[in-house]
Amino acid sequence: MHSVVCIKQVPDSAQIRVHPVTNTIMRQGVPAIINPYDLFALEQALRLKDRFGGTVTVVTMGPPQAEVALRKALSFGADEAILVSDRAFAGADTLATSCALASTIRQIRKNMPVDIVFTGKQTIDGDTAQVGPGIARRLDLQLLTYVSRILEVDHGARQIRVERRAEGGVQVLRTALPCLITMLEGTNEMRFGTMADMFRAARAELKVWDRLAAGIEDPSLVGLKGSPTVVGKVFAPKPRALRAEMIETATQEPKDLAVTLLAKLFTQHPRIERELARRAV
Amino acid sequence: MIEPAKKPARRKVELDPRFASYKGVWVFIENERGAVHPVSWELLGEGRKLADVLGVELAGVVMGPPGEATRGFCAEAFHHGADFCYLVQDEVLRDYRNEPYTKGLTDLVNACQPEILLLGATTLGRDLAGSVATTLATGLTADCTELAIDPESRCLAATRPTFGGSLLCTIMTQRHRPQMATVRPRVMAMPDRDSSRSGRIVEHPLGMVESSIVTKVLEYLPDNRQDQPQLVYADIIVAGGRGLKKPENFHRVWDLARVLGAEVGASRPVVQAGWVELDRQVGQSGKTVRPKLYIAAGISGAVQHRVGMQDSDVIIAINNDPNAPIFDFAHYGIVGNAMQILPALTEAFRAHLAQARKVG
Ligand SMILES: Cc1cc2nc3c(=O)[nH]c(=O)nc-3n(C[C@H](O)[C@H](O)[C@H](O)COP(=O)(O)OP(=O)(O)OC[C@H]3O[C@@H](n4cnc5c(N)ncnc54)[C@H](O)[C@@H]3O)c2cc1C
Ligand SMILES: Nc1ncnc2c1ncn2[C@@H]1O[C@H](COP(=O)(O)O)[C@@H](O)[C@H]1O
Repeated sequence: MHSVVCIKQVPDSAQIRVHPVTNTIMRQGVPAIINPYDLFALEQALRLKDRFGGTVTVVTMGPPQAEVALRKALSFGADEAILVSDRAFAGADTLATSCALASTIRQIRKNMPVDIVFTGKQTIDGDTAQVGPGIARRLDLQLLTYVSRILEVDHGARQIRVERRAEGGVQVLRTALPCLITMLEGTNEMRFGTMADMFRAARAELKVWDRLAAGIEDPSLVGLKGSPTVVGKVFAPKPRALRAEMIETATQEPKDLAVTLLAKLFTQHPRIERELARRAV
Repeated sequence: MIEPAKKPARRKVELDPRFASYKGVWVFIENERGAVHPVSWELLGEGRKLADVLGVELAGVVMGPPGEATRGFCAEAFHHGADFCYLVQDEVLRDYRNEPYTKGLTDLVNACQPEILLLGATTLGRDLAGSVATTLATGLTADCTELAIDPESRCLAATRPTFGGSLLCTIMTQRHRPQMATVRPRVMAMPDRDSSRSGRIVEHPLGMVESSIVTKVLEYLPDNRQDQPQLVYADIIVAGGRGLKKPENFHRVWDLARVLGAEVGASRPVVQAGWVELDRQVGQSGKTVRPKLYIAAGISGAVQHRVGMQDSDVIIAINNDPNAPIFDFAHYGIVGNAMQILPALTEAFRAHLAQARKVG
C-alpha cells in the first residue's frame, strides 16, 4: 500500500493580526504549522499502513522553510518526504498548485505505484478545497471528497469502500484504486510519533525537487504565470452607513438596558416581535 | 490560496481571441434526491443582476435522472430568473458522482461557451467546480461574498475574504473563460419567485453508460435532521464568542436561545476550544447565515465572522469594548458585560413574549 499525502505549511491563523493603522497583515512572528485539516489525511494514511504495511510519502509545495512541516510529518511516522520548491512556483493559485503537485506525484509513481493520494478537506489560509479535486482530475484518479470513514480496502481486488459527507446525508461509495481522497475533519486524531520516528525525522535527508525534478518542462504552467486568477484590490470592509445605535440608560443596569433595547427593537421592527411571539416555547 | 500579487491587476488585459465567443451567465442548479438546493435560486438572483449588467442571457444548468421532477426544476429556474435552461437527463445522473457530472458540465461548457459559471459552495458544488475548472484549465474563485462586473474589463470581479486579518480581496480571471466562482448558501439574497416567468429548455445528451463509470453509490444514509443544528436557514440566532471567557459561561447563550426559539451559533475560537460543535461556527470557514435576528455576545466582529452574518436583517451586539469592530456593522449595540446582559435580555424577552402571546 503506497499513500501520498499532500500537506501544506500555513501560518497559524489564530495568531495573525492586522495592523490597526495600515490594515496590512502582520505576519512576523506568526508560527507556521501543518494545515490542521491535512493531519486527518496523514493519520488516515498512517492507519492504512498499520493495517496493510507499505509506505507513506508526504509532499509539500512551498518555500525551503516548509521542510519543517515535512520533518514533523516524518516524526508522526511518514516514511518519505519530498519538498517541491522552486522560484517558478511562487504566486500559484489552485490551478497552478494542482499542476505542480500532480506532476510531482507522476514522478513519484514512476518509482513506486501509488494506491491512494490523500489531501485535507481544505487549507486554513486558502479555504478553497480545490487543490484535491484538481490533482485527481489531472492524474485521472477517481475522486472521493469529504470522506468521513474508510470502510474497507481490498488491496487484491484494487477496491475501496468509503463514507462520504454529502449535503443532506452520507453516501456510501465504492470505487477502484488508485483514487484521491480528501479527508473530512474530526475523523481521527493524530498519533504521537515514536521516539525512533522523532530521531529519524530530525536526521532525515529530505528530497528537494525543483521544477524540472518535479517533471514540469513548461514554466508557464506553474506559479503566477500558470494561474488564471489574478488578485486585484485588497481592502477593508466598509462600515455600514450608520454605526450601531448604542443603547444607553441612566443607570446602565443590565435590566434597564435590556428593557430599553426590547422597546426600540420592537417599535422599529414589529415583524420581529410577531415572529418571536409566533414561536411556541 | 493566493498571495496578493505585488502589482495590482493590470487594467487593460487582452482576452484571448479564442474566448471572444463565450457569452452568457450560467448557474448550476444543484439537485439531489429530488430537491434543488436553495443556494441555486439565490445564485439565479445574483446571476440575473450580472447578466443584466452585461446585457446577456441567464441560463440554468439542470442535470439529473430522466423524469418530470428533473424537468420541473427548469420551470422553477425560470420562476427564479433564468431565461432558459440546459437540461441533461440520464439515468447515470441519479446520484451525484464526480465523474459523470464533471463530464456533463464540461462538455456543455465546451459546446455552448458561457462567460461566467456559478455554483453553490456546497460539498457537491465544490467537488464539481474544482474538477470542471481543472479540466477546462480556467480560473475558479471559491466562497465569494460578493460578485460584480468590472466596468472596464467586463470581467467578473469576485470578492472573498483574504487570509489572515480583516481584509477582503477582489479576484478576476482575465484571460480565461469561463470565469468560475462558488458562493455559499445564504450569502446572496433569495430572489422573489415569479411564477408567470417561463423560458425555453435546451436538451443535451450526456453520452455515458453506467458500465464505464468506476465509482458506484452503494447506499445513501440521510441525516437525522433533528439531531443537527439547522443554522444556515434559521430565522433567529444567538451567537457567543471568546468574550464569554469559559465554557461554563456559554449556557447564558443557550438560555436566551431557548426563550427565543433560536439556534445557537459561535465564533471560531469557541468552536476550536470545543465549547460547541463545529456545525455551529458562523463565518468564512463555518456557515453563512441570514436570519431575521442575530444576537452576538462577546464576539469582536473580525471579517471572517462578519462575512458569515452581515446580511442578517437585524444584528444586536453585546461587547464590553466600545471600539469593537462589531459595532461598525451591528444595528443595535450594548456596551457591557455579556455575563450580565445575556441573563437580563433572557428575562426581558421572556416577560415580554409571555405578555405578547397572551394578548395575541
Ligand atoms: C482563514 C481564517 C478563517 C477564519 N474563519 C472564521 C470563521 O469562520 N468564523 C469566525 O468566527 N472566525 C473565523 N476566523 C477567526 C477570526 O479572524 C477571529 O479571530 C474570530 O472571529 C474572533 O472570535 P471572537 O470574536 O469570539 O474572539 P475575540 O476576537 O477574542 O473577541 C472577543 C470579544 O469579546 C469581547 N469581550 C470580552 N469580555 C467580554 C465580556 N465580559 N462581555 C462582553 N464582551 C466581552 C472583547 O471585547 C472582544 O471584542 C478565521 C480566521 C482565519 C485566519
Ligand atoms: N502547496 C501545497 N502543497 C501540498 N499540498 C497542498 C498545497 N496546497 C494545497 N494542498 C493540499 O490541498 C488541500 C486543499 O487545499 P486548498 O484547495 O488550498 O483548500 C490541502 O488540504 C492540502 O492537502
